Amino acid sequence: MRYSGWKVITEGLRGNLGWTRAWRDPAPKAEYDAIIIGGGGHGLATAYYLAKNHGMTNIAVLEKGYLGGGNVGRNTTIVRANYFLPGNSEFYSHSLKLWEGLEPELNYNVMHSQRGHIILFHSDGQRDAAARRGNAIVNQGDDAELLSVSQLKEMLPYLDYNQTRFPIYGGLIQRRAGTARHDAVAWGFARAADQRGVDLIQNCEVTGIDIENGRVTGVQTTRGPIRAKKVGMAVAGRSSQVAAKAGMRLPIESHILQAFVTEGLKPVIDHVVSYGMGHFYISQSDKGGLVFGGDIDMYASYAARGNLPMVEHVMEAGMTLMPMLARAKVLRSWGGIMDMTPDGSPIIDKTHIEGLFVDAGWNYGGFKATPASGWCFAHLMATGQSHDVARRFRLDRFRTGHVIDEEGTGSQHNLH
Amino acid sequence: MRLTCPLCGDRDRREFYYSGSEDTLTRPAPDAGDAAWDDMLYLRTNPAGVTKDLWYHESGCGSWLVVTRNTVTHEILATERVADRKGAPK
Repeated sequence: MRYSGWKVITEGLRGNLGWTRAWRDPAPKAEYDAIIIGGGGHGLATAYYLAKNHGMTNIAVLEKGYLGGGNVGRNTTIVRANYFLPGNSEFYSHSLKLWEGLEPELNYNVMHSQRGHIILFHSDGQRDAAARRGNAIVNQGDDAELLSVSQLKEMLPYLDYNQTRFPIYGGLIQRRAGTARHDAVAWGFARAADQRGVDLIQNCEVTGIDIENGRVTGVQTTRGPIRAKKVGMAVAGRSSQVAAKAGMRLPIESHILQAFVTEGLKPVIDHVVSYGMGHFYISQSDKGGLVFGGDIDMYASYAARGNLPMVEHVMEAGMTLMPMLARAKVLRSWGGIMDMTPDGSPIIDKTHIEGLFVDAGWNYGGFKATPASGWCFAHLMATGQSHDVARRFRLDRFRTGHVIDEEGTGSQHNLH
Repeated sequence: MRLTCPLCGDRDRREFYYSGSEDTLTRPAPDAGDAAWDDMLYLRTNPAGVTKDLWYHESGCGSWLVVTRNTVTHEILATERVADRKGAPK
């Protein structure tokens, strides 16, 4: 069924009785050409682009729970391409271009809103760094613009500009950046992949990866064994556990990242605002809730809930930047499991096992990467070669020293 | 989360600096090769369950601690000073 505004009207007039299921619920077949482990954003996008770009339709996505039930449904929905380092720059640029065409591509409203993302700076040195970052973004072909304090005051009148600790010197805006509806991205890719014949198999946990003579031959699951010569892992916070089934250790430590939502308010924050000094960022959802968060809790954890010191830190940072936040009430908070790499950049690569591929290490930035991650992982799985914009996301880059440390804090596990 | 320092007692998590897996205590020989160093510095078992990691009591006695804890429940099972371990340099 094709979705459209006309369809909404006609279905409304007919009592909404004509809507059909968005995707099938197939039983797993005995064998596929390729299997993707993980029915989140990246796994579903990979399946879609394998089918669309590479003509592989005899494929399955195996999901242990329900589609989109992990980090793709629990994030702060930011979409941007304002990265500095080669490796990240071209990859996120490609991703943003895919985002811009995603709704007609998938025939699904992902509520992509290019409301602009502003990084604030607080000293002359930071202004220079922001200008340099802006030039790198422009050289990549994307947009960036340095804003003065007076320009900023017109756009963001509610900030405390004269705070004593970190006075605001200006901002770097990317106007094409913004947000999207996270669940809709998973659902859109799922529906589009299903329409191209991909089997989306839920409640199907992978319990083992079959390897013979250094080649992958299939997987064991809670719904029986499934054979495939190509298997891709796209399991976000669970990457280490799934890789362990193939006897591998990854350069990943899982951490908790918390986020918060207030009660619904009238429109007040029109952009996405990042306050690096306080590890704080904020936007307002279409429902009106202020969505904000900070840094990871900074110790390995799979608890899917954070601790109070980081809650306090995030609230304090928010209050120093936007004193008006004191009047808002936090409605809920949550903790996601982030697969953190030592340099804070992801991995899209082959493994030493023939036919086994890994898409992992998305840290706290996986949502914006969803379309390009799928695009590049599909390219890798179909052709055996890294896509040009993802060729630096190598699994062995820590051993060889080719790290991509966007944050510039150093390349070791407890620093990102 | 609170950690029990063997010297200072039960303390708030904020007094401690997290360093990561205790893997880094087992240092390969200088000429052990790339793979051994990669294994120590970067590759992690990263268990969902009981793990041992290193914490530094930054705002307390300055001890390095090996903390045995559960990454799923945040339960602290044991804390031990690295200096008290068998074979630790005195």
